[in-house]
Amino acid sequence: MAPVDEAVGTARPRATIADRSGLLAPLFLLPAVVYIVALVALPFLLALAFAFSDVTAGDPSFDWVGLRNFEAIFDDPVFWRSLQNTLVFTVIAMVLIVVLAKALAMILVADFRFKRLVRFFVLLPWTTPIALAAVAWLWMLDSIYSPIDWVLRNLGLLDGNLYWLGRDNLAMASVIAVHVWRIVPLAAVIIMAGLISIPKDITDAAEIDGAGFWRRLWEITIPLNLPVIAVATLFGAILTFTDMTVVYILTRGGPANATQVLPSYAFFKGIGGGDLAQGAAIALFLFPLLLAATVAVLRAVRRLETF
Amino acid sequence: MPLAVELRGLKKHYHHGDVPAVDGVDIATEEGEYLVLLGPSGCGKTTLLRTVAGLEEPTEGEVLIGGNVVNGLPPRARQVAMVFQSYALYPHKSVLDNIVFPLKATKMPKQERRQRARWAADLLGIGQLLARKPRQLSGGERQRVALARALVREPSVFLLDEPLSNLDAKLRAIARDELKQFQSRLGTTTIYVTHDQAEAMGLGDRIAVMYAGKVRQLGAPREVYDDPADTFVATFLGSPPMNLVRRGDRLVGFRPESFLPADAVDGDNALSAQFDVARIEYLSGDRHIYGTVRGIGEETRVIARLPATVSAPIDAGEAQEFRVLERDLRFFDAETGKRAAAQPVGT
Repeated sequence: MAPVDEAVGTARPRATIADRSGLLAPLFLLPAVVYIVALVALPFLLALAFAFSDVTAGDPSFDWVGLRNFEAIFDDPVFWRSLQNTLVFTVIAMVLIVVLAKALAMILVADFRFKRLVRFFVLLPWTTPIALAAVAWLWMLDSIYSPIDWVLRNLGLLDGNLYWLGRDNLAMASVIAVHVWRIVPLAAVIIMAGLISIPKDITDAAEIDGAGFWRRLWEITIPLNLPVIAVATLFGAILTFTDMTVVYILTRGGPANATQVLPSYAFFKGIGGGDLAQGAAIALFLFPLLLAATVAVLRAVRRLETF
Repeated sequence: MPLAVELRGLKKHYHHGDVPAVDGVDIATEEGEYLVLLGPSGCGKTTLLRTVAGLEEPTEGEVLIGGNVVNGLPPRARQVAMVFQSYALYPHKSVLDNIVFPLKATKMPKQERRQRARWAADLLGIGQLLARKPRQLSGGERQRVALARALVREPSVFLLDEPLSNLDAKLRAIARDELKQFQSRLGTTTIYVTHDQAEAMGLGDRIAVMYAGKVRQLGAPREVYDDPADTFVATFLGSPPMNLVRRGDRLVGFRPESFLPADAVDGDNALSAQFDVARIEYLSGDRHIYGTVRGIGEETRVIARLPATVSAPIDAGEAQEFRVLERDLRFFDAETGKRAAAQPVGT
């Protein structure tokens, strides 16, 4: 019965590389690990090392100086101003982003004509490179040619110019407004995805149970939407907290550091001024705050997920 | 107080569909009646229920509750309560908060709200579950919470959308019994949607059999079963469904349980036919016999259902004489499927 033996021999199942999960798992993870180590972990460790050194752009040799850099920035009033500005910027921007994005998301899930077109336009600010968008905003807020001022003047609400980027509070408001304009579409789309996942039966039931719009919103939609809102907030907060593009292009931190935030100050100190060590020390201040915010939001999400 | 629901010329088109979901329905319930909408999925029964609830606006026609036209009124102004197929419990709220929720809209003081919720929970035997979240409940418990939430503010009309279909078979029979007792105790007008004929027959004071957006027949369970208005109703109800045999321009219908061995049928006015037995199924005491009948009309595959009391030996492959009483015959127009006048079926 040789043919049968042969048939059995050729048909014997063999484990291919696709079956060896012990080998495949590390193999597939490797690119991500290399990427994170090379572009996140190493720079982070480098920044840590720099913060305790006297490395400058002119003298890259590494000498340990202990806490001297931190003492220097604690004595620097601009650092404290930047820290304060960062917190103000983040908190106000995030409140506006969450409220506006939630409202926008609810408009986007509603049924109306040209819904897809409106969704497309709403997403445009997010898809525009921020550098280009910020330059456009630079003109919108120009001290002489601002179209906003022009409209206000023609409505008779304004004499002369507002100098959006030239006054402390207006400059901060401008930076916040542009940033909100940029992040709201992203947050709205994330929240919209969450809204769509709420079963229609539940909102219908609430309607039958006599709940009007506001009670449905506060007692049903928002609680059920909260995990997703938390994720959107986390993304938004990290993007806001670490953002320096808007500040850099619109105001360069001015006038007189009124809009200076930690990332921009770290950049001006470390790259602009060449003091890499102090720049690293300033940038490190972002880390514990971000870590705390991340842990807090993720814990909130986990608590809410267990419905 | 129970209020009657009336639908007049109700039509519902959706934007994207050419076929109307509800295509001209006229139904009037009595106060306190238990009306069942029965039909296959997609027949428009759920759309009809949602239109009564105010979750959908009809394209044409009127909805009346307690004699008042409620078209355009939001659900909260209609004094209706609804139980959804999915139960639609609020997953982030405890059982107590779920039941209390409808009362919040009534501006009832907090203390009283809690008392009412406890009353409703005790009525349904879920008083010990008030602190739990919906995810910690079994299917049967969730269904009770949904019922408690519906009845807590004593609505004038109950709308139930397949409330038992997510329960397993055993639980469903118990829940059906409870539901019926419940409704007769409260006396609330109830509209109950189901595709399950056993639920419909067991629960309904009257049944509206629906198909393709239309009510094909409205009547008491016995009436729709014994005197179906057309072949759809005849074959949708009954398990197995009514046999239909073509004879000229008519269809002759008879229920499987009326088609019995000749010895088991007493009476003079009976029709005899030869039944070639092909296959026998033994189901909960009954014998379901599949085979071909000759002598009533065209040769047709039919089913006979013999109760346990009929013990005549029958084997697959043999031909036997079966009889059906003439009063158990129903006639339908072969073209339209509508009920037609009886005609003699002599052999």
